[in-house]
Order: sequence, then C-alpha cells, then structure tokens
Amino acid sequence: MTEADRGAYIAGVFEHPRREIPELSTPRIHAEVAFGALADAGLDRSDIDGYLCDGSQNFRPVAFGVLSMAEYLGLECTYLDSTETGGSAPVVQVAHAAAAIAAGKCQAALVTSAGRPRSAPTSFERGSPEGSYEDVWGMSGAVTGYALSAQRHMHEFGTTSAQLAEVKVAASLHAQHNPNAFLRDVVSVEEVLESPMVSSPLHRLDCCVVTDGGGACIVVSGAVARKLSRPCVRVMGAGEAVRHSDLGRLSLTSTAAAVSGPMAFAAAGVSPRDIDYVSLYDSFTITVIETIEDLGFCEKGEGGRFVMDGALVAPHGRLPFNTDGGGMCNNHPGNRGGITKVVEAVRQLRSEAFPAVQVPDCGLALVNGTGGNIGTRMASATLILGRGDA
Amino acid sequence: MTALPVPEVPHLREAEAFWSGIAAGEFLLERCRGCGAVVWYPRGFCPSCGSSDVTLEPASGEGTVYSFSVVHRGAGEYRGCEPYVVAYVELDEGPRILTNVVGGDPDSLVIGARVRMVFERGPDGSALYRFTTV
Repeated sequence: MTEADRGAYIAGVFEHPRREIPELSTPRIHAEVAFGALADAGLDRSDIDGYLCDGSQNFRPVAFGVLSMAEYLGLECTYLDSTETGGSAPVVQVAHAAAAIAAGKCQAALVTSAGRPRSAPTSFERGSPEGSYEDVWGMSGAVTGYALSAQRHMHEFGTTSAQLAEVKVAASLHAQHNPNAFLRDVVSVEEVLESPMVSSPLHRLDCCVVTDGGGACIVVSGAVARKLSRPCVRVMGAGEAVRHSDLGRLSLTSTAAAVSGPMAFAAAGVSPRDIDYVSLYDSFTITVIETIEDLGFCEKGEGGRFVMDGALVAPHGRLPFNTDGGGMCNNHPGNRGGITKVVEAVRQLRSEAFPAVQVPDCGLALVNGTGGNIGTRMASATLILGRGDA
Repeated sequence: MTALPVPEVPHLREAEAFWSGIAAGEFLLERCRGCGAVVWYPRGFCPSCGSSDVTLEPASGEGTVYSFSVVHRGAGEYRGCEPYVVAYVELDEGPRILTNVVGGDPDSLVIGARVRMVFERGPDGSALYRFTTV
C-alpha cells in the first residue's frame, strides 16, 4: 500500500433540505440523507462497507441502533461504529471512518445523523449515574449548563452579552443567503439582547434552532476517491477529547477542543493561521466563543473581543464561520448539529457554498464538534479538511 | 419567589447512604482513604486512584457561588417558579456542585457570594440540599 492510499477522503455530503418533517420517521430521514450523500458521491449502496451513526434513535426495547439501521438501509458492512457523544458524534465518526479506512477495515464508510425534535419533542431519560445530582435543579433544558459557562466566562474575562450576540449576528448574515435556513432574517446585536431571557445570561437568540432533519457524508479510501468524478476533500487530521466534571473540579471556561484541536493540527501539520474557513459547533453563542479560544485562534479569554467587528462574517472576516447560517440560524437537526458542520466545510472546499459567503480560494477548513454540555461533560472532535488538490 | 419543588431523586444503589443522609438533614461527602481525594458525586469507589476504600464524612455545608444562572423559562415541575437560581457552589471542601440558591433576590446574586446549605423536604418525604446566601 502506498502512502497516498492510506489517506481518507470525503467523497459525498448531503443535508436534508427540510427543517420540519412531521410525516417521516427518524430512520426514514436517515435513509433519505444516506441516499442523498451516495448520489452526491456518485456511489451505489453496494459500494458502502462501513456504517456509522449515533445512538439517538432510542429504539425500544433493544437499543442496537447502528445494527438495526444497517439492516434497514440494506448495508453489508465490515466496519460499524455507534459512538454516542451527542452533537459531536458525526464529527467523531468521520475521524473514526478515516482511521478505519487507514487500517484497511473498509473502503467506503457512510455516516448518517437525523432526528425530529421539532415534530416529536422527547426528553432525556433519567438513569445516568450523575443524573441524581444534575436533573433535579430545574435546568432549562441544555440552556442552563451553557449559561453557567457563559456567566463564569464573563466573570473571569469581562466577556459581554453584546460580544456573545455578535456570534448570532454573523450567523444571521450568512443565513439570509440560504433558502433552506430555518431563520433567514438578519438580526442586530440589539435584537439579540432584547430577545427574552431564557437562563441568564443567555437570551432566546443566544440559542440554536430546534429543527427536524439530518445529514450524511461518505468517507472513502484514496483508491475509491480516484475513481470518482466529484471533487473529494482530504481528511488531513483529526482529534477527539473528553472533558467532564472531574470529581467536582470542573472548569466552565474551556472545552475539550483545547485537547482535540492541537491533536488535529499536529496530525495535519498546519496551524490556526493556515485555516481559511471554520465550521464551529454553535449550540449557543458561548460555545463558539470558548471554542475559538481553545482552538488557538486567540488567547484564552479574548474570544469575546475577537468576534467584534465582524471577524466571523464571510467572505472577508478574519475567521469566516458557519456560512450556511449554522445551528444558530440554519439547522440543528435532531438537537445535534455535527453533520451540518462537516457538510458546510465540504461545500466551502468544493467552492459550492452560496456565492455571497463563499470564501475565496478556500483550501483548508477546520470542523469542530462539541457534544454533551460544556457546563458539565462534553466531547470535542476536531477535523482538518483540505481541498483535493491541497 | 415561589418555593421550588422537591422532586423525588432516583439514584444508584451505591449512593443510598448519601441520600439517606440528605433525608436526615446531613450532607456527607465521599472521601478516598487511599489518596485523600474528595469524590463528587458519590459512587462507592475513587475514580482518582481506583480504591474502593472510601468513607462518607459530614461536610461543612459552607461554600461560595462559582457560577449561577437565573432561569426565566423553567422546565417540568419548575414551570411557574421563575425566576429561580441554578448555581455551581464550590464547597469549602473543594467540589463544585450543582444546586439552587434560594431565599434571596436572584438579581442581586454575584459570583463569589458566600452561601450555606439548607435542606428542603417535599410532602412525600423527598429531600434536597440547597443553599442560601449568608
């Protein structure tokens, strides 16, 4: 096997165009995005020999999600992965697919993610070991955990609500160009600050959208990539890491991206200043601020100041991000948006983003997934992706 | 401010002694006799050194607010109790634990405020530890 053959490439991506899907089941949405990604790659279902999806289907009575789904989709696989890290799971799974391909376990791996919380809201089941100490205090869904992080970040570094709002404003500037975005209206800092407080200091517009939908991507070996006509994107580096409450010694002002980011940069042999575009998980505005710092785009504590003056706005900001409108405005399917982060990075590297937000000569992109809750326990996954000719 | 609910707390069997303590008005912290670590939340072994030689010791019940959020949109049985405070309190023994700060004006709370533990009971015998500002 030559060196080039050990590489892994993203050959196809698909984001479900709808944001409210009352009439379809979650498995059916997985199927639609799977077929969409296959068509984008120019591959057939029979070409797929690896399959990865998270455990959010919550099948009863037996929760063999990935196994049930492989049968449902008619896949014959030699590699399966059902890593469950919440919203970062699809980003983790792209990394796992690339590693499996490098190890010769499979040649073409499908990653799917889907859910329909807009049409069928569900609550998390109690029963985890930590639930007794966390689920009983009236947390406002996931918001309060992130709010606790935001409050502490403000206390330690002087970050302001207006700085957090800049994240939403930048996302809304991008979403206006995306006809599928759930929210397409451009909002101002003032409108974010005047939106109802949900869990201080986070307002309603500091939160991502709740949407049905999903997405998929296909990771292939170099041998498969060379046979395809669509431009492939190289997986140049990956890192993943966990941060949890650590016996009660938790930190609220940094995420596991402080570990996963350097791993990915080292594997790819690049540094933050080389990156042309970033897909940053944006469950809440504070998630983006802390991630920018943890990935080394600015010093710890400077994230709030960094995003002022349009730094995140494509195409000409210092760090153009989430050009589809992100979880903030476009899509956060199944309350877990990792797959949309991968999809938009691939669009940028193929120069297929909406023209108004396409980053000129975009050669190197970073994807960061943040799953779980930065106020308690979380898993980060960072990918460095390069244009096929990179 | 409306009194907050005191929900039943399902827990793992290894935490039975901790929750019995709460029902009796005593907050017991798990400490490892092997490495001395204070283990939060209690689980019957020490994830720091791996020892199963852990003991429950009464805590001071004193601490400082490490971070907090005023919830304006409560969920489940907390709906209608807004605004109320969810906080991380750093116990004087070290661990930062999630809880509510009750009894004061939520808008006047600050990070660093000193707080003291109080026990609240539900009509059905359930019990929770919360904090008030000192």
